Amino acid sequence: MSSFDVNKIREDFPVLSQTVNGKPLVYLDNGASSQVPNLVIERGSKYLAEEHSNIHRGVHYLSQNATTAYEAAREKVKRFINAKEAKECIFVRGCTEGCNLVAYSFGRKFINEGDEIILSQMEHHANIIPWQVVAEEKGAKIRVIPMNERGELILEEYENMLNERTKIVAITHVSNSLGTINPVKEMIATAHKFGVPVFIDGAQAIPHFPVDVQDLDADFYTFSGHKMFAPTGSGVLYGKKEWLDKLPPYQTGGGMIRTVTFEKTTYAPIPEKFEAGTPAIAANIGLGAAIDYLNSIDFEAAAAYEHELLEYATEKLSAIEGVRIIGTAKEKASVLSFTIENVHPHDIGTILDQQGIAVRAGHHCAQPVMQFFDVPATARASFAFYNTKEEVDKLVEAVQKVIEVFA
Amino acid sequence: MSELNDLYQEVILDHNKNPRNFREIESATNTADGNNPLCGDALRVYVEMEDDKVKDVAFKGSGCAISKASASMMTQAVKGKSKEDAEILFNEFHKMVTGELDAEADENSLGKLKIFAGVLEFPARVKCASLSWHTLHAALNEEETVSTE
Repeated sequence: MSSFDVNKIREDFPVLSQTVNGKPLVYLDNGASSQVPNLVIERGSKYLAEEHSNIHRGVHYLSQNATTAYEAAREKVKRFINAKEAKECIFVRGCTEGCNLVAYSFGRKFINEGDEIILSQMEHHANIIPWQVVAEEKGAKIRVIPMNERGELILEEYENMLNERTKIVAITHVSNSLGTINPVKEMIATAHKFGVPVFIDGAQAIPHFPVDVQDLDADFYTFSGHKMFAPTGSGVLYGKKEWLDKLPPYQTGGGMIRTVTFEKTTYAPIPEKFEAGTPAIAANIGLGAAIDYLNSIDFEAAAAYEHELLEYATEKLSAIEGVRIIGTAKEKASVLSFTIENVHPHDIGTILDQQGIAVRAGHHCAQPVMQFFDVPATARASFAFYNTKEEVDKLVEAVQKVIEVFA
Repeated sequence: MSELNDLYQEVILDHNKNPRNFREIESATNTADGNNPLCGDALRVYVEMEDDKVKDVAFKGSGCAISKASASMMTQAVKGKSKEDAEILFNEFHKMVTGELDAEADENSLGKLKIFAGVLEFPARVKCASLSWHTLHAALNEEETVSTE
């Protein structure tokens, strides 16, 4: 393993030191939601204890402080993903809202009858259903990029799908159920040759490696804060200014207007245009703190360490007879989906939980992926840089126990 | 693993491995589909009623050990019973796994089904145990689908 000091890192995450069912907690459900470091907890507490008030409204002291902290978080997001301008970073309550915002807003304005929307076989339901709703309303068609047995998208098929009817490509950066890292930079370049914008669901990418939206040339990129060590309710939709300026608002109400009469309303510029109502202020300030935390730890070294963990776990689990790894793409992030012969994933999940090990068992909101691999569900271990090799060993031991119980 | 033994008892593991009445009934008078969208469990319950009696009952589908064993033992428990008695069992079973009925202390006709009292300790698994029963209840009352959410 690399020189990355995981024991020191673990001290930053108070939740990790507890016991579950009499065993030390082994938290391997980071793909569902990651844990929160002290820095984020303290920043959130400070806001609630000392700064809480509504933003962008009051002329009073507290409101000004809250607004400053909130906008500072936006600035941190901008630097973290290398957006050109902070106002291109819209705060949303998570990736699901990011997907819905773009689907409805872009769809309402730019998608018409006979148009095509390209998705991929490995999308999370959050990046399928909003597009289906739009397609149904507009009489547009959804086309799906297929994947191979390893869980990699078939790029030739994708290229053949693009045509003058294609209005948008909406794909995931990293599959939440397979761990596949899609070559989104290349896929974006291909779409742009046809003048087609690309929306990227970055939920599972952002906690695992640095993302540079300008380098990717993504038109839209969304991610959740709670999968990158921030509180739930925080999240970001990045969009290129030229796109965001053109899109109609997704939600309307307070805070997103310039003038209102009963005859006509004019909207505020971005980002406010897309931030109707009082947002999750504490959560998004927490997201800013999570970015501070990632900047403080050498994120690249953490990502490399995490990747070694994934490889170690993959090797150990694949060696067990009866275990099948679902998703064996060449480029993978720390998601390890697996099944055990003749054992339902829910039973795996319960037995692991009794050993203090938290994994996810189910269809991972990706039923088309389950259908493709012909499994009802999988068990999924997903790692963060605070996990250890010893925890992987415990996982392996527990999986062997599952096989014993069901032998 | 002591807690686990309460859930994955030999009887349950056996019914999971060799589910009884795991088949279709071509002459079924009532069928219903049960889904647990959270975990993807899906099963179909077939009932053949004759003179208000459950002449035959069977199930097909996929699910975890708890849901399969529960469906298997359910078919054994209600076969030959009147609709009314089957519904009484459904109610008692439902109350047991949600903690409203103490299978040891309160009067009931659950018999072997008491083994599922253990799921109470595993809140996430209660729906697994009750899915087949809800589906049977739907079939007996001529509803087509049921979802435990």
